[in-house]
Amino acid sequence: MSVIMEKEALDVKKIRAGFPELLRSVNAYPLVYLDNAATGLKPSAVIERMRAFDMLEYATVRRGSYKIGEEATEQFELARADVARFINANPGEVVFTSGATQSINLVASSWGRKFLKEGDEVLVSAMEHHANIVPWQMVCAETGAKLRVIPVDDTGELVMDEYARLLGPRTKIVAVTHVSNVLGTVNPVRDITAMAHGEGARVLIDGAQAIPHMKVDVRGIDCDFYVFSSHKLYGPTGLGVLYGKADVLESMPPYVTGGDMIERVTFEKTTFRKAPARFEAGTPPVTQVIGLGEAVRYIQRVGLGRIEEYERELLEYGERTLSAIPGIRFIGTAPGKASIISFTLGDIHPHDIVTALDHHGVAVRGGHHCAQPLMDRFGVPATVRASFAFYNTFADIATLAEGLREVVEVFS
Amino acid sequence: MSYKTDLYQQVILDHNKKPRNFHTMEGATHSCEGYNPLCGDRLTVYMKLDPAGVIDDVSFTGSGCAISKSSASMMTSNLKGKTEAQAREMFGSFRKMVTGEAENSDEERLGKLSIFSGVREYPSRVKCATLAWHTMASALDGSGSTTTD
Repeated sequence: MSVIMEKEALDVKKIRAGFPELLRSVNAYPLVYLDNAATGLKPSAVIERMRAFDMLEYATVRRGSYKIGEEATEQFELARADVARFINANPGEVVFTSGATQSINLVASSWGRKFLKEGDEVLVSAMEHHANIVPWQMVCAETGAKLRVIPVDDTGELVMDEYARLLGPRTKIVAVTHVSNVLGTVNPVRDITAMAHGEGARVLIDGAQAIPHMKVDVRGIDCDFYVFSSHKLYGPTGLGVLYGKADVLESMPPYVTGGDMIERVTFEKTTFRKAPARFEAGTPPVTQVIGLGEAVRYIQRVGLGRIEEYERELLEYGERTLSAIPGIRFIGTAPGKASIISFTLGDIHPHDIVTALDHHGVAVRGGHHCAQPLMDRFGVPATVRASFAFYNTFADIATLAEGLREVVEVFS
Repeated sequence: MSYKTDLYQQVILDHNKKPRNFHTMEGATHSCEGYNPLCGDRLTVYMKLDPAGVIDDVSFTGSGCAISKSSASMMTSNLKGKTEAQAREMFGSFRKMVTGEAENSDEERLGKLSIFSGVREYPSRVKCATLAWHTMASALDGSGSTTTD
């Protein structure tokens, strides 16, 4: 049945009806939401599931041996299992964090402090989000390890020859993004991982931008860590996932300590539980986890294959339509991109463009996108970024183009 | 209302395209680099004060959006001949105006700079409009750099 479903094209009209925020207007125009790389809107399915849970099913998890506590725990662990299946992992390899940022901080602090020492090297790429740079910078400063950077070419692809040259016996971990939040580039994470493993290095993949757009198979990639946030996958904020291979997680000390992650505490000594519990101190965001579980089920009902196909059409149409705007320069022109378009428009500042488009109800992002080293690489202080989700339409893109034409008139 | 009538008025667009006093300054007595970490905009303000504390000359360089650039341009045009104390008073009034707290006396003091009053409808752009002013005040304080944080 699901195979037949996947063959049918996406019914965008029906999908849009399931996202209540798409019905609102902004400055008397219908909302055209094109900042999906920042955060995804929530479908009614997720909103309603969380509301129903909070109304009648809410209780703390993994503590009470009373009925509602047991039921909540069952729902909570069911969500973990669904998230695990979604990325082809085991539930025991899925740690809930506060977001992709905290997931990376957890690995940098826990794994990094234990395994990095002076003379070791950490490899990141020139297209990383600050969240996949700064935690490594901090742990390098603490341990004496060195941060090295895989360069990006003019189209926005990683220079793989240079990566091969940078890799060596000193490399202890490679931390790269699956999809660039600015360029849209989809990196060859399987190759990156295999090459790193060839040198005995661990691999962390930042999947924050990949997870809403494509089928992610962590076993297929073979990475040691994979991180993402719930809110970019149409789930709630304040929740993220750290996938780690079971033996790697087991080798790591706790990151945050407290209740729920211990086996036995005395004032002389404390022993810790196995992963994932070891990394989930305190009461977890219970309702949010239930919401993420529902988001994953929702995405699977829509079908990632269909989402990928439709978003590719949106990207092609977007690039074709916007390329006709006078003065536009695309930042990120790699083949095989996710549905993200970054650009500059003559010498008009991105923030002026964003304010002008906002007047037409069009929400796009302007700025450095938490990737200042990448802005430096392309010699721009900031870009405008339009990022598409499967609920966007060709008409949304036409409205964006129309707004941009007016911007060019007003500012030149 | 449209962004063309309430925020990006012709005067502002004109100062953005042709910023006044847009150059470095030899022999400046005060200068400061201002940075808006939110958007990465960077401006340097230069000033020459005479011994009595009157602003003889003021200029700026840097990159920024139309709001921050035109605000810097119009600020420099309006500060020449003012005393240090008057410049600080104008900054106070300007800040009150763009955050929607201005009184009549503030608008009077600001004169032509009142054109930036539309910024109060755009809270996310207040720091753009005040970057040059923050930088100017920090230059008077003797700081080499400042941020809008």
